[in-house]
Amino acid sequence: MYTQALDSPAAGADEASEERERLERFQARIDRDEKIEPKDWMPEAYRQTLIRQIAQHAHSEIVGMLPEGNWITRAPSLRRKAVLIAKVQDEGGHGMYLYSAAETLGVARGELIEQLLSGRAKYSSIFNYPTLTWADIGAIGWLVDGAAIMNQVPLCRCSYGPYARAMVRICKEESFHQRQGYELMLTLARGSEDQHAMAQDALNRWWWPSLMMFGPSDAHSVHTAQSMRWKIKRFTNDELRQKFIDVTVPQAEYLGLTVPDPDLHWNEASQHYRFGEINWSEFQAVLKGEGPCNRERLEARRAAHENGRWVREAAAAYAAKHQGPARAMKAGAGALS
Amino acid sequence: MSAAVEVGSAQVSLAERVEYLLRLADTSLIAGQRLAELLGHGPTLEEDLALGNISLDLIGQARLLLALAGRIEDNGRDEDALAFRRDAPQFRNMSLAEQPNEDFAATIVRQCLLDAWQLETYESLTGSREEALADIAHKALKECRYHWRFSAGWLVRLGDGTEESHARVSAALGALWRFTDELLTPDALDARMAVCGIGPAPSLIRERWDTRVSATLAEAKLPKPPHRHYPWHGKRGVHSEHLGHLLTEMQFLPRVYPGATW
Repeated sequence: MYTQALDSPAAGADEASEERERLERFQARIDRDEKIEPKDWMPEAYRQTLIRQIAQHAHSEIVGMLPEGNWITRAPSLRRKAVLIAKVQDEGGHGMYLYSAAETLGVARGELIEQLLSGRAKYSSIFNYPTLTWADIGAIGWLVDGAAIMNQVPLCRCSYGPYARAMVRICKEESFHQRQGYELMLTLARGSEDQHAMAQDALNRWWWPSLMMFGPSDAHSVHTAQSMRWKIKRFTNDELRQKFIDVTVPQAEYLGLTVPDPDLHWNEASQHYRFGEINWSEFQAVLKGEGPCNRERLEARRAAHENGRWVREAAAAYAAKHQGPARAMKAGAGALS
Repeated sequence: MSAAVEVGSAQVSLAERVEYLLRLADTSLIAGQRLAELLGHGPTLEEDLALGNISLDLIGQARLLLALAGRIEDNGRDEDALAFRRDAPQFRNMSLAEQPNEDFAATIVRQCLLDAWQLETYESLTGSREEALADIAHKALKECRYHWRFSAGWLVRLGDGTEESHARVSAALGALWRFTDELLTPDALDARMAVCGIGPAPSLIRERWDTRVSATLAEAKLPKPPHRHYPWHGKRGVHSEHLGHLLTEMQFLPRVYPGATW
């Protein structure tokens, strides 16, 4: 219909002005802080931006299960083991409701997973760093979940309803994880000399990658301006990074640990911490797939998918044998996604 | 805590009560540890989370049971001392629990055979004369019902799914069936616990387990393997080679840093 209308110049002009009006009405709704719901009209670019962002977030949760999952079998007490299992499970749950939120925008979970496995979709680069000691589990909870909360709390007010609502629940759980991570770090920092050293080493390795989680600086961020107009994003990368540093440095001091940044100092005039230059070439390299564990993370996801193929096929075959054709197709599709 | 409980005309020693609790606790712990290996690697996200849930339940049961064993023993060992500071021969889990996750079929078969045993055992233990154990059994029973529903559901789907899934689940059943002998063959301690009203009557568990598992195997179109006498029982500390490796991984931190708290 749209291409037909373009055949006539007059109709084309009408169409263009109609489109402009629709865009204005859409922006006016956003400006009034109304929530956009799945069945509402939305610009294609808004839909694609959200799909990209929500899918990246979902993939990050799923890939994020791997570095922490690496320590479940070695957790040093049964309480810590139970807490870590529950945490990694929560992350899988977050992945699930984020994929569901993305599906409301007309993209299937199977398609998104395919994009992840083929290496076309991105996920948070932080999960391409290795977990080498038990203290890394504390550092991830404290720093990585702490940074995630900074990024995600504003998303609870995001203009797209299903994403905003998913984020409310996710943020509650993330803040619980962050406290657990900090408590783990505190136990190590106040433990034996070896444990204190383990905690310091973890902070040394996770500090800078955590700051990189906020993305490129505002001057180099390609998506920020439009996303802020659409109220998908409420604060810039640099604003959120600064907020994270301001909150986290006193926490490190309380732990008796040293932030690995010789340039870090409190600036009385701005009432903020000033910090050293982030190694952006490392950030770019990890983003491009050259981080320490990019290969291992994707391989683990691909292996799970491939090793599970016969299981999903069996579930679909069983469903086809034992249910009516319509239900079987549905069950099969669910199992295969 | 008194060293012995008098139940009817019989007397049960403290050591026997602890030994019996360790059989239950270690079975949950080792099965939970095995499932925990899989988190993040399941065939679908839903199955990943379900297996994680079951693992979490089993470790929760283990914590309650180990803590109870430690209290009864009254020798200063808490749940972590019992989990992290015993060597393989001191573990009392059923050997089935320690068998590795060769593939999803092996995991499901192991869980299914074990879930049926735990379900019937805990159902019976809700009436145990060891009151704290009866309380734990009430909680565990609810969890075991869900575990059984999950593993039996998958056993049927795999058995009656594709040619490949049928072949894989048959192979797993063939490999693991010998370990069911231990679940169902009472030894002197099982018999004494039953007589004293602490543990279930072994014949009852065998009968109910058999009814439950046979019906599910039939639904899964899997022939029931013949019974095989297999006297190397983990519940008496005679394990397969797998347990040592599992413990090496599980216990490494407390062993490298003795005396540290976590």
